[in-house]
Amino acid sequence: MNSHSADRKVTIQLEINKEQYERDILASDILLDVLRDKIGLTGAKPGCLNGDCGACTVIMNKQPMKSCLMLAIEAIDSEILTIEGLKNTPIQRAFVEHFAFQCGYCTSGFIMICQALLLNDRNPSPEKIETWLSSNICRCTGYKEIEKAIYSVIELLNIKNQTNQ
Amino acid sequence: MLPYNFDYYKPQSIKEAIELYQLLKLQEKKPMYYGGGTEILTLGRLNFIYTDAIIDLKGIPECNAFGFQHQELIIGSTLSLRAIEENKLFPLLSDTSKEVADYTSRNKITIGGNICGQIFYRESVLPFLLSNSTVIIAGPKGTRKEFINEVFHKELRLDEGEFLVQIVTEKEYLKAKHISVKKRQQWKTGYPLLTVASLKKEGFIRFAFSGVCPYPFRSIQMENKLNDKSLSFKDRILTSFEYLPTPVLNDIEGSNEYRLFVLENTLSYILSYIGGEEHE
Repeated sequence: MNSHSADRKVTIQLEINKEQYERDILASDILLDVLRDKIGLTGAKPGCLNGDCGACTVIMNKQPMKSCLMLAIEAIDSEILTIEGLKNTPIQRAFVEHFAFQCGYCTSGFIMICQALLLNDRNPSPEKIETWLSSNICRCTGYKEIEKAIYSVIELLNIKNQTNQ
Repeated sequence: MLPYNFDYYKPQSIKEAIELYQLLKLQEKKPMYYGGGTEILTLGRLNFIYTDAIIDLKGIPECNAFGFQHQELIIGSTLSLRAIEENKLFPLLSDTSKEVADYTSRNKITIGGNICGQIFYRESVLPFLLSNSTVIIAGPKGTRKEFINEVFHKELRLDEGEFLVQIVTEKEYLKAKHISVKKRQQWKTGYPLLTVASLKKEGFIRFAFSGVCPYPFRSIQMENKLNDKSLSFKDRILTSFEYLPTPVLNDIEGSNEYRLFVLENTLSYILSYIGGEEHE
């Protein structure tokens, strides 16, 4: 049985963006806080801290996860991907090209949910895109540019797929 | 960040979890069983929930079960709502679960957590109430199997130290004609105005409700009225309202008058969809 006492810090190992990080944490530490304050990966943003907004979304074992809704200790033995691990990826470029942001605070969360969707389904239906994107809230863009960004990557993936066949 | 720290345990068996809970109680701690933990973390951050010891149930094999045994579907309490949504073994449950919160949150919210949580909607219980499912509950006195309709009154009635292990549903209910309707005032995620789930068995339509009253419920009296073929749909619905167990909710999501208006329309739609055979 895994057990960690409140009376002392525990040392955990996390795999983030294919790198190993060892940190001393409290059992009650939220993954979002550990990412930002103990590891220095500040791409995941604290928004509502209530699981509503999606600004803190990361990818765990290929699934999107709100890092404010998770204890860091629960993330042991998982593959974590944060926005810092998506440098120069098609989805990141698509957000720039389609101007899929305004203030930018929600952008990393949106890029993560889009990337998670594409990891799970290279050709998602419009309904599926809408369902997944509904996990995140933007209060600037009106979402159309975000949708354009993900559709452009889907198109790119399909062109690549056809070229490879 | 939570305003307090706690012990964290991840037992690998039911026995270990229960013994641990009792030990922690003896140490005058306030342990809590933990599935997805979304409610514990969000309410804990606001100091509405306090615990000094978390017992994470996700390491217990029985709590992760998902599949058929004999003629029954076994669903472990720590399965995520996403897993249930994507494995459509119980279509009514998939339809109801996929409306809870949002896709990403459903990766973390568990079926057991949704049923046993403090937030009063608890929509995931509705299909189980309609299918007269049984629940496997483990505690210091052993494991008990109960019909959910016997032990779910406003909430799942658990004794001190008990937790929900599994929910068991007979196969015959899985293919029954069904519908689940969730109504929100706006937006596609977030808290509902109300949810109505319905299932037709042997010509009789069953109904279960969330968001209408301060707790989820299934009312036999309301069902009898809603199935009264001597009445029009409108009359069935309006007379069924006399049997609502409490006054209708009147809160930020919607006034009681608006809720009743939406409920009437929703029930009318469900009766039409599922085949209520309206009296001319």
